[in-house]
Amino acid sequence: MAEAGRLNLPAAPKSRALMRAEPVTVVRAAIIVFILLFWEVIAQSGLLYRDVVPSLLAIGAAIVKLLSTSDYYWNLGVTAGEVGIGLAVGGLSGLLIGLALGGNRVLSKSFEPYLYYLGPTPKIIFFPVMIMWFGVGPGSKIAMGAISCFFPIALSTAAGMRQIDKVLIRVGQSFRANAWQMATKIYLPAMRHPTINGVRLGLGVAIIGTLLAETKLSNRGVGFLIIQAYSLFDMPRMYAMLIVLFVVAIGANALVGRLGGLSAIRQR
Amino acid sequence: MGVAAVTRTRIFPLALGLGALAAAILSVEALIRIGVINRFIVPLPSQIVPAFERVIVEEDIAERFRLTFFEAFTAGAMITVVGVSLGLLLFRVNILRQATETWVAAMASAPTVLMYPLFLVIFGRSAWTIIMMGFVAGLPPVILKTIEGLAGTRRVLINVGRSFKLTGVQLFTKILFPAALPTIFVGIRLGLIFTLINVVGVEFLINFGGLGQLINDLAERYDLPGTYAAICFVILVSVCFFVLTEWIERWLRPVD
Repeated sequence: MAEAGRLNLPAAPKSRALMRAEPVTVVRAAIIVFILLFWEVIAQSGLLYRDVVPSLLAIGAAIVKLLSTSDYYWNLGVTAGEVGIGLAVGGLSGLLIGLALGGNRVLSKSFEPYLYYLGPTPKIIFFPVMIMWFGVGPGSKIAMGAISCFFPIALSTAAGMRQIDKVLIRVGQSFRANAWQMATKIYLPAMRHPTINGVRLGLGVAIIGTLLAETKLSNRGVGFLIIQAYSLFDMPRMYAMLIVLFVVAIGANALVGRLGGLSAIRQR
Repeated sequence: MGVAAVTRTRIFPLALGLGALAAAILSVEALIRIGVINRFIVPLPSQIVPAFERVIVEEDIAERFRLTFFEAFTAGAMITVVGVSLGLLLFRVNILRQATETWVAAMASAPTVLMYPLFLVIFGRSAWTIIMMGFVAGLPPVILKTIEGLAGTRRVLINVGRSFKLTGVQLFTKILFPAALPTIFVGIRLGLIFTLINVVGVEFLINFGGLGQLINDLAERYDLPGTYAAICFVILVSVCFFVLTEWIERWLRPVD
C-alpha cells in the first residue's frame, strides 16, 4: 500500500496541474476568439473604413501571398544582413567596452554613467548623422543597428563582469591561468547569462533601429516594404508584413535565448 | 597622496570622464581643421556651441518642447491610468492573469514602434498618432510591475489589515496600494522612458510635432551644426527626464 502510494505520488501534482492549466487554456482561446470575432465584426460593419480594418480573410490571403513571393524573401534577407552586421559590430564593441568597464572600477565610475544615461535616448535621432557618415545605402542602416544594440550589450557585459564570484577568479589565479585562460575559462563562462541577456535585448533594439531607418529612407528591406504598403494604402499587405515581422522578431529573440541555453547544457 | 589614493577619490572618476569627453571634442575639432575629417560631414564643435543659441531662438524650441511634453505627458497619464487599472484587474482575477501575463510580457519586448504606419492610417498625421504610439510602447511595463507590486505585498501587512477588519476597498487603499507603490512607480518610470523614446522617435519619423521634427527639419535643410545641436538638446532632455524619474523612484523606495 505504502509502495503503491509512493508510486502514485508523482502523478497527483501532474494531474492537478493539468486540471489547473485547462481553464487557463480555455480563457486564452476565448480571448483569441473574442478578439478575432470583434475584428471581423468591425471589418464587416463599416463603422471604420473597410480598408483600415480589412477582414481576417483578406489579411490571411495577404500573408499567404507575401510568403509565396521571392521578392519578400530577398528584402527580408537584406534586412537580416543589415541587422546581423549591425549586431556583430555593435555587439563586439559593446562586449569589449563592457569587459573594460566591468574589469576596472575607475573606468566604470568614469565612463559608465555616460552609457547608462545615453542608453534610454531615442537612437533614431542619430539617423541623419548616420546618413551623412555612411550614405543612404545599407551602411547607415547597419550603423543604426550597431548603435542601438551597443548600449544594452555593453551595460549587461559590465554588470555581468562585476557579478562574477570572486572565488572563481581566485581559483583561476591559484592555477596560474594566463589572461587568455582567465578570459575563456573563468570570465566568459561565468558571465554568460547576463551577456546572452544583453545580446537578446540588443537584437531586439537592433531590429527596431534597422527597420525604422529603412522606413525613413531606403529602397530595399522589410522596413521599405512596410512604408511602401502604407504609401500604396495596401492595408492587408501592411498587416501581413507586421504580423510576419513580429513572428520573425520573437522567433529570433527566442533562438538567441535557446542558443545560450544549449551552450549551458553542453558545458554541464 | 599616492596615485592609488588619488584614483580612489570621488572626484577622480568624474574628472577623468569629463576630461576624456573634452579631449575627444578637442581631437575632433583638430582633425576637422587639419582636414582628416570632412567638415561637410562633421561640423566643427566650435560651430555647434553657438548653434545651440540659434536653434533655441530661431526654431522656437520652447513651443516644440511644450508639444513634445504634452504628447509624452498625455501618453504617460494614459499608461498610468490604464496600466495600473489593468494590472489591478489581472491581480484580482487570477485566471485572467495566468492566461494573459505572458502575452503582456511578449508585448513588452515586441517591436511595436514598427506599427507607426498603421497608426498613421488610423489617427492621421496628428499628435494622436504619436500619443498612441507612446501609449502602446509604455503600457506593458506598468501592467507587469503593478501585478508584481500588488502580488509582492508582505503577508503580515495583509493580516494586520484583516485583523482590523478592513473592507476590501480599505485593504486596497490602506495596505496593498501603498505597499505596492514603489514597484508600481518602477513600472511607470520604465513606461515613461519607453513612451518618451517612442514619442520623439515617431515625431522624427513622421516629421510632425516637437523636438523629433526639429532634428528632421534641420537635417533636411542640411544645417549640420543645427542638427548636431538639436540632437544634443534632445539627449539632454532625455537624460534630465531619466535622472528626475530615477530620483523620484529612489525617494519612493522604502528604507530597509
